[in-house]
Amino acid sequence: MQSIIIRGMTLTIEEVEHIAELARLHLTEEEKVRFREQLSAILDYAARLQQVETEGIPPTSSVLPPRSRLREDEPRPSLPREVILANAPHPYQGYFRVPPVLE
Amino acid sequence: MDELLSLTVRQALFALQHGSVSSEELTRACLEQIERLEGKIHAFITLTAEQALRHAQAADARRLAARRHPDEPLPPLLGLPIAVKDVLTVAGVRCTCGSRILENFIPPFTATAVQRLLDAGVVIIGKTNTDEFAMGSSTENSAYGVTFNPWDTSRVPGGSSGGSAAAVAARMVPAALGTDTGGSVRQPAAFCGVTGIKPTYGRVSRYGLVAYGSSLDTAGVLARTAEDAAILFWQMAGFDPLDATTVDQPLAGWQIPQPEQLSGLRIGIPREYFLPGMQPEVEEKVRSAIQTLAGMGATVQEISLPHTEYALPVYYLIAPAEASANLARYDGVRFGYRAEAETLAELFNNTRSAGFGAEVKRRIMLGTYALSAGYYDAYYGQAQKVRTLIRQDFEEAFRQVDVIAAPVAPTTAFRIGEHTDDPLAMYLEDVFTLPVNLAGVPGLAFPVGFDRQGLPVGMQIMAPHFREELLFSVAFLYQQNTAWHLRTPSL
Repeated sequence: MQSIIIRGMTLTIEEVEHIAELARLHLTEEEKVRFREQLSAILDYAARLQQVETEGIPPTSSVLPPRSRLREDEPRPSLPREVILANAPHPYQGYFRVPPVLE
Repeated sequence: MDELLSLTVRQALFALQHGSVSSEELTRACLEQIERLEGKIHAFITLTAEQALRHAQAADARRLAARRHPDEPLPPLLGLPIAVKDVLTVAGVRCTCGSRILENFIPPFTATAVQRLLDAGVVIIGKTNTDEFAMGSSTENSAYGVTFNPWDTSRVPGGSSGGSAAAVAARMVPAALGTDTGGSVRQPAAFCGVTGIKPTYGRVSRYGLVAYGSSLDTAGVLARTAEDAAILFWQMAGFDPLDATTVDQPLAGWQIPQPEQLSGLRIGIPREYFLPGMQPEVEEKVRSAIQTLAGMGATVQEISLPHTEYALPVYYLIAPAEASANLARYDGVRFGYRAEAETLAELFNNTRSAGFGAEVKRRIMLGTYALSAGYYDAYYGQAQKVRTLIRQDFEEAFRQVDVIAAPVAPTTAFRIGEHTDDPLAMYLEDVFTLPVNLAGVPGLAFPVGFDRQGLPVGMQIMAPHFREELLFSVAFLYQQNTAWHLRTPSL
């Protein structure tokens, strides 16, 4: 699995386009070329992590001791609708309006 | 007016309590200094001058009224003007995060850290400049223009809390709030010659801190002295039901330490923090500061944090991965900027492409890739495992020593534009600050000298989880015996 990272790896323009699509970004041709170069350099640098022996080492997802804290499930007032909609770019009759998803 | 501006937080509070200065006078002095220097420094994105004056007048009225009831305690920071980094929300005040995408966002709620300071009586002067979504080491990534270093305006103030650091250094405010995900309080504090605390992860609530890297983000304070940073920090700290990562353990607080407290304190010097390529004066000033502490009774020993060199690649996989998830919320639907579009997919793409700057796009792309199918284990998964080794380095070190001392950054403030074309070179500026965030331990930066060009050199000290009081004590006692923190840039 980890052998997919090779030193000197370079992303292809197609890979850059694929990542942009996953990230919901539209890149110009110039941005694609620049990100390809810069992301390749950063990933190449990150490849040194492969040198580290991590067999049996647990991953850290939080530095805090694992615990879950539950609160009482008490109903409380939320922010009023008009306060939330005050920041909406296109509010419509108490809703957020978006372009059609289906024609 | 210069006298008012040179007051530390503690001195200002003393003067307010004794009626020798009013909050309105202090606040006006800050606003006049901002008026005078903002064209040169550009520390702020939004000023809240009118509101600040109203709050200052209310604070003065309250203090006056309290004279008739001397037994009723007043809020401890009543009337103290401060600034807030523009990634922490203040209800009703625009919060941009340095991004076009939030240009018109008016948050309906206040960050807990800010609210606790408001409850303690502070007056908020304005929101300070930051790299977009706190992603950067120079404050050059702000959509609202760069901030200039008060010691040399051709240089960066550091970042991402560069606006807060520059505002404190330029005497625009006695203290300001910052945030630190990979060094964003400590590195600008070092570059601007001020004192900055990055708390233990879980110590200060992040409710209302706009999320960047959630397993790393912390909110801290920049001020001119360790004592001042401590005064604000203890007001902000503590459990918050609105942030599940805060820890509900009692706060010990902090007392002004006796000089004897340094005797026998074990200071560790990590050999991995002194690199061949670093600016020799940085090493020289840091080593000399450690000698000063040794002269005051501390014992010094070399230690090793063997996985230090991996902190940079670990951070630049984990933080972008978390950022790519956190920033998915900016889609042009519920708040923030919205681009023209015919379809929903276009709406997302167009909004994000026009609303985010280059560094934010770069980190979202990097994080998306690191989390994507087929690469997750090799990048994100491996980074999380190496993060465990970095944490264990600190645990091991703190069995041998009480605090660790090291440079904040390999150089003093670099020139504006020096690293803007080479993101990797920019990331390398963070090499000494990232491990603290990955381990979740507290760190404090303070000035320990100046280089030949008159630029401040910072040292950071690190302590075990929840031992901020040790850091404040060491820096306080150092500052009692030195005067670096009292130097003022000529502007």
